[in-house]
Amino acid sequence: MTNQTETQASAAIKVEDLVTHYGSTRILDHVNMQVNTGEIMVIMGGSGSGKSTLLRYMLGLHQATSGSIKLLGHDITKISSQEMDDLRKNMGVSFQGGALFNSMTVGQNVCLPLHEHTTLDENTIQIMGRMKLSVVNLGGFDDLMPAQLSGGMIKRAALARAIVMDPKLLFFDEPSAGLDPVAAAELDDLILRIRKALNTTIVVVTHDLDSTFRIADRITVLDKGKILMIGTVEEVRNSDNERIQSLLNREARHVEINADEYLKELTGQKE
Amino acid sequence: MIDKIVLRTFTEKLGKTTLRGVEELGYSIALLVESFYWLLFGFRRRQAVKLPPIFAQMMHIGIQALPIVTILAFAIGMMLAIQGIATLKTFGAESQVVLGIALSVTREFSPLIIGILVAGRSGSALAARIGTMQIAQEIDALRVIGISPVRYLVTPAMVAMLIMLPSLTFFADLVALLGGGVYSSLELGMSLQAYADRTIEVLKVEDITQGLYKSLVFAVIITLVSFVNGFSVTAGAEGVGKATTRSVVLSITYIIIADMVFTFFLTH
Repeated sequence: MTNQTETQASAAIKVEDLVTHYGSTRILDHVNMQVNTGEIMVIMGGSGSGKSTLLRYMLGLHQATSGSIKLLGHDITKISSQEMDDLRKNMGVSFQGGALFNSMTVGQNVCLPLHEHTTLDENTIQIMGRMKLSVVNLGGFDDLMPAQLSGGMIKRAALARAIVMDPKLLFFDEPSAGLDPVAAAELDDLILRIRKALNTTIVVVTHDLDSTFRIADRITVLDKGKILMIGTVEEVRNSDNERIQSLLNREARHVEINADEYLKELTGQKE
Repeated sequence: MIDKIVLRTFTEKLGKTTLRGVEELGYSIALLVESFYWLLFGFRRRQAVKLPPIFAQMMHIGIQALPIVTILAFAIGMMLAIQGIATLKTFGAESQVVLGIALSVTREFSPLIIGILVAGRSGSALAARIGTMQIAQEIDALRVIGISPVRYLVTPAMVAMLIMLPSLTFFADLVALLGGGVYSSLELGMSLQAYADRTIEVLKVEDITQGLYKSLVFAVIITLVSFVNGFSVTAGAEGVGKATTRSVVLSITYIIIADMVFTFFLTH
């Protein structure tokens, strides 16, 4: 069923054979995945699984060693920086800590993409900014500075900035990190509402299981830089893969120690 | 055995430092080229450099520094007069102090002191700001919004520095000459009018432009060093502190070395 959907639906994001390195360490190892238009794909995995790295490469923040990443049909490993800038007008990103510009008010933060990329007059920009702030339940907060907001409000303001250009692709890095369960659930609802309203393709990187099961259409499970599984919520839940089950049941990882490698590590000879 | 380890550690450290130096030099040159690219051709990519951030930087780098520049320049002018008169008295040539003050202020002291002051005051602020933005992922946020961090952050600061540093240096020239004049007139009984006439007589346009050229070079050094250090912050708040300190120390070091090289070529 999933394969059928995949071939029928058009791919908004297609990652093919992606290999990336940090220094000499390989972080992502031949990653292949596809996110269909209008779909919410959750990328999950334990710490150090490479999920945040995968997101950063999808955002075009680093140059891959090999492989391709196609966003809306454009291979971002090959296009010029100008084409990438144009493509970015169709992308919105909500970073883990919000990444609001601290020297600007919430309203200025939300309106920044409009100021930079459109020739709309100031009044229209202000109205559009306030509209997006009310979408995330922050109406009337536009004159506050980011430092005056709570953690949940910062994330919602960052989301308002991410959707201000009505992007086709929306990325979230750990949306529920640092939030209480109620605020996290509210943010999940917001993500679902935005998808419904804008038919945006959404990629969420998280390790929060509750949130994953609430919002995901499909889930990509990463482990040690490799894809363990891509499937629907049910498929992932019913998987008999040991690593996936330990992730779902929050079991501690069993670390296998290779005597030779451990010795090399201790003597500083590790490649 | 221990010797071998010490030698290996030393060689590794030297190699790493050299590599980092070369890397930073390359990065600085790329940053310099890119900041001028955005200034000249940004409009072609619909990312023209905007005036308000340039004015904001000019306010911070230049206008807000005026009180401290006035105090420093006046004190330096007086100090040169005190030293000059005391030294020249031994030769009975106190009246030559005007020449000494005029040349050393315009060619050397004003650009150097202003360079050091701005490196400490604005260079540190820039490095800290960029470092904080880096760890809060604000730089990444700029990039994913499709705004070049170089166009948005570096170019306005570079332009503001290139305008304000020579302006402050010229202002410091005038204040330092006044400081020297006040002390000279008190000590030698020379009128301020006579001091001013004599200063204009001995000063050539090249003496002033020499100082201004130096300040342009210092402006580039301060901006590049601050941004290279700010952008390279990775390790939280401690990293921001280290980058700020490093940027001030390196800026001042490079300014003094550049000053020496500049002076050598301009006096030969």
